[in-house]
Amino acid sequence: MSLSQDDVRRIARLARIAVSDDEVVASQSQLNQLFALIEEMRAVDTDGIEPMAHAQDVMLRLREDAATAPNRRESFQAVAPSVENGLYLVPKVIE
Amino acid sequence: MVMQTLKQQIDALAAGQTTSVALVTECLAQIAAHNGQLNALVAVDAEKALAAAAAADAARAAGDTRAMLGVPLIHKDIFCHEGWKTSCGSKMLDNFIAPYSSQVAENCDAAGFVVVGRANMDEFAMGSSNENSFYGPVKNPWDKKAVPGGSSGGSAASVAAGFAAVATGTDTGGSIRQPAAFCGITGIKPTYGIVSRFGMVAYASSLDQGGPMAHTAEDCALMLNVMAGFDERDSTSLEHAKEDYTRDLNAPLSGLKIGLPREYFAEGLNAEIAGAINAAVEQYKALGATIVEISLPNTKLAIPSYYVIAPAEASSNLSRFDGVRYGHRTAKTGNLDDMYEQTRAEGFGTEVKRRIMTGAYVLSHGYYDAYYIKAQKIRRLIANDFQAAFAQCDVIMGPVTPTTAWNIGEKNADPIAVYLEDIYTLGVNLAGLPGMSVPVGFASNGHPIGLQIIGNYFAEAKMLGIAHQYQQVTDWHTKAPQL
Repeated sequence: MSLSQDDVRRIARLARIAVSDDEVVASQSQLNQLFALIEEMRAVDTDGIEPMAHAQDVMLRLREDAATAPNRRESFQAVAPSVENGLYLVPKVIE
Repeated sequence: MVMQTLKQQIDALAAGQTTSVALVTECLAQIAAHNGQLNALVAVDAEKALAAAAAADAARAAGDTRAMLGVPLIHKDIFCHEGWKTSCGSKMLDNFIAPYSSQVAENCDAAGFVVVGRANMDEFAMGSSNENSFYGPVKNPWDKKAVPGGSSGGSAASVAAGFAAVATGTDTGGSIRQPAAFCGITGIKPTYGIVSRFGMVAYASSLDQGGPMAHTAEDCALMLNVMAGFDERDSTSLEHAKEDYTRDLNAPLSGLKIGLPREYFAEGLNAEIAGAINAAVEQYKALGATIVEISLPNTKLAIPSYYVIAPAEASSNLSRFDGVRYGHRTAKTGNLDDMYEQTRAEGFGTEVKRRIMTGAYVLSHGYYDAYYIKAQKIRRLIANDFQAAFAQCDVIMGPVTPTTAWNIGEKNADPIAVYLEDIYTLGVNLAGLPGMSVPVGFASNGHPIGLQIIGNYFAEAKMLGIAHQYQQVTDWHTKAPQL
């Protein structure tokens, strides 16, 4: 498998990362090297092997449906670029 | 520089031979003299540290007997700590002051530690050299032309340079063990799930694990006692009974069975590293251990498996950095998609972008089974290899890295070559096992060499004891670099 420059642009779009033409060229070469390495997996017979999504086979815990975190609105909003009347202000991005 | 261990500092404080203000003042002087060259720390708050030290001394005088009270500590810049900037080595978080603390930082605060600074790191913990930081590369204290290893390179360099006796690190594919090896210190990546990931900026959630970095195994055990523990706020935290990780430090090694995986000593291993590892193994034989040759047949597959799984998880975890909620936001205007794309193009470095793009691709429709599910199946084979090995031996030993620290910039044009350096460490993360690095010598270029010890699940105390016994009869861990 070899990625074309259009493939790289499509992947960058999927990842929501703007890329310049120079970056597309550099990324193409390095991603192709990486995927050549990844291709080594293909030759391995993994039929019947259970995928291992996590290092420990544990069930996610359940807890009481009760609020446990204290209200820390002020400290959380203290690091926001812009706040007014307890609300976050964000730039207009939709016309 | 007179090297001090955590244990020496604890004992000196308890005996009234020193004060926290004196220890912190020494650390700050060492930092002021050398951090400009090493770039190991990205933030130091002398005023805050000295005030905390004075408070610790006052508390001790009033009868507070907490062991870590007033001991200087450095946190990797990945652990949120209320009031400290937590940048994770990224422009994306350059403006982020943590409004809450990670469980690890809370535990360290509760134990009485005084934080003197925040350690530089590869951006979002992605890297094996510490060259991928928005704040510039960290220099190896043993050779300032060389990398310190990554991603906890700032933590490792800080301990080696005497900025503090102990630092926190994280290890996703070797990021505690490899910089520990490159900087001549001791570090342990615990069993996945015993140190909380709450408040630790996520890279690859099923692999990331925090752990201690220090001069000695004894110090790592003392520090792990502080860091480890169940945390209900981390859904992957294991409900494992609280342990004392110092309990096996003096356990004899007679009868210990050490497995040497033949794949870890194959082509590609630097001859000087092989020599130092073999000498360490001989030392263990002299201490009463026996050697078993074992096989981890899927070792080579750890690299492709890791470089599918980690980027896949990274692409998901780092989707939160979109310019909307927090972190960097582009000044360029446009529609919503443009804003996302420009923000992320400006905020992330090259290595992070490469891994996010890789992750987006392997998770995309049509490739998910071929890459992501396949990698998870390989991960199972790798974990099975380790369990088959542990049927024959108590612990596994081998090199941490195939080479010693390389020069800064040397591998910039070839990121894949850097990925291949992780061949001996990645499998441990994929399987969720504990692994550690112990200093066992130096190459002819003066660069430190680390021995990797891999244990079965929850075998930290045993591993730390095995390392401690070696450090009782050798002095590699006592060597300090000329700064």
